[in-house]
Amino acid sequence: MTDWLTPEEWSAVRLSLLVATMATLASLPIGLAVALLLARGRFWGKTLLDALVHLPLILPPVVTGYLLLIGFGRRGPIGQLLHDGFGITLSFRWTGAALACAVMGFPLMVRAMRLSIEAVDRRLEAAAGTLGANTAWVFLVVTLPLCLPGIVAGMVLCFAKAMGEFGATITFVSNIPGETQTLPSAIYTLTQVPGGESGAMRLTLISIAISVAALILSEALARLVGRRIATT
Amino acid sequence: MTAPILDIAVSHRLGGFTLDAALQSQSRVTALFGPSGAGKSSLVNVIGGLIRPDAGHVRIEGETLVDVEAGRFVRPHRRRIGYIFQEARLFPHLTVRQNLLFGHWFVPRAVRRPAELDKVLDLLGIGHLLRRRPGALSGGEKQRVAIGRALLAQPRLLLMDEPLASLDEARKAEILPYLERLRDEAGIPIVYVSHAMAEVARLANTVALVEAGRIVACGPTADILSRIDLAGRPGAPEASTLLPAEVLGFDEPFGLARLATPAGELLVGRGSLVAGQGLRVRIMASDVMLSLATPTGTSALNALPGTVAEIGERTGAGGSAVHLRVACGRQMLAVRLTAKSVSSLGLDLGTPVHAIIKGVSIETPDRPPGGNAQPASRCP
Repeated sequence: MTDWLTPEEWSAVRLSLLVATMATLASLPIGLAVALLLARGRFWGKTLLDALVHLPLILPPVVTGYLLLIGFGRRGPIGQLLHDGFGITLSFRWTGAALACAVMGFPLMVRAMRLSIEAVDRRLEAAAGTLGANTAWVFLVVTLPLCLPGIVAGMVLCFAKAMGEFGATITFVSNIPGETQTLPSAIYTLTQVPGGESGAMRLTLISIAISVAALILSEALARLVGRRIATT
Repeated sequence: MTAPILDIAVSHRLGGFTLDAALQSQSRVTALFGPSGAGKSSLVNVIGGLIRPDAGHVRIEGETLVDVEAGRFVRPHRRRIGYIFQEARLFPHLTVRQNLLFGHWFVPRAVRRPAELDKVLDLLGIGHLLRRRPGALSGGEKQRVAIGRALLAQPRLLLMDEPLASLDEARKAEILPYLERLRDEAGIPIVYVSHAMAEVARLANTVALVEAGRIVACGPTADILSRIDLAGRPGAPEASTLLPAEVLGFDEPFGLARLATPAGELLVGRGSLVAGQGLRVRIMASDVMLSLATPTGTSALNALPGTVAEIGERTGAGGSAVHLRVACGRQMLAVRLTAKSVSSLGLDLGTPVHAIIKGVSIETPDRPPGGNAQPASRCP
């Protein structure tokens, strides 16, 4: 099964899937919380939080990567705290690649979730309240199921962004085969060496296949959920 | 005397609108009647807990839900007040069955009874819809499911905020009988908000007239309907007389029924009436003509002798209309005439007249309320 890909290429595919999955799952709870805060909250500094969340979308990815390096690198304030306090090292590790991908995918995830939360009919929540459900139950059995399509869409967008993330990742954690060399980094490396074209082409095809599969899966999920909550 | 079912005195500012309402009612069905924007829904939201009033109290059967001065506010989900909205507000992601049982799970253990699903399905005629989702229901079906959902949450009071307003006439006619059954069989007091007098006359025992955030009149339905001092107010119901009646017999060749009423005997189309049946009939003030002489040679079937007992102020555009009350037998009959007619007939208090009745509508088969013959209510 591995004979049509070199071990290095395989490790890049596996690493990309791992990094994108981790980035998506780790962003999910925080993304949902921030989306709720932005959709429903009324507090001082909301515009600031909104801008901060969207920053990675408008900054050049290299800048985001560099900021991560400053903050989360070995000598960075947060990186040092994590290293000394918890024994977690992010710089030049696959976990750092996951962080870079999560940060880059975060605005896309929050946007999709926020829109779907804002689309939930508050009157249904009020009705659930009059039927005896407290705030937590209303969220669990009414709000959450109704914005499920948006949550799924946000996760897929974040995953797709993470699969393709290049600039921030390579700036923050470099391009170490087997540790931080994800699919885009591997393709980039192959295009830089003589005779690497066929390898780059193979990885490009795999990249396309994974993206299309993610898209089809999300469409299928959205349709499944959408049919269940066919609008009244 | 036991605590009133409903005891409210609240004030609340909403932007430029001020709600300042006080109401006590002992009735099974209390209607809040008034024009759009009068504050009916706000008042109901205060009872349901969706609005926290600035001042005042709300008590249901003696239990204090809101007492601003004492700092008490019971959260909506702890009130056990069923709320039926104008739009059914069913949960689109749940089946009809799951919607119906939604509130049941949240009833506190201590008071929870086994869900009487079969009884509610039968009462509302929705047994065949259980597996469907709300998206596949008609407007009338949705509203019946919403009523069932509220009932299964074991409420001690039902709030209905214009439950028929978004439905067409056919759907209204479909639901009204279910509301009547609900009133007569479920034994849960109802606060019914409407701007349609026909619904109120058919369902309510007590009517509170809401105008610009205040309750301007409140009392037994028949009294409020026939109050001629209210008839001229904007948004007030057109004056009418609500009469208890009993079917005496039939005029078979012409398909008519003879009714005994406190005002005298009336003839109406027999429809599906049966002998001895009790019912409520309503006569609109504008459907009554007055004649000084015994009427002969008219097509009207019903003419009752009486005397003019009260003459109201001139109302309507340019003051063209006058409302009167005519004592017929033991009953006051509300009558609406033009000011010109009153003048040309020389009507005055005590003038003997004949009331010629052009139309009688049958509102509802009347069943005496269980043990509580005279619903008491008052407005402070």
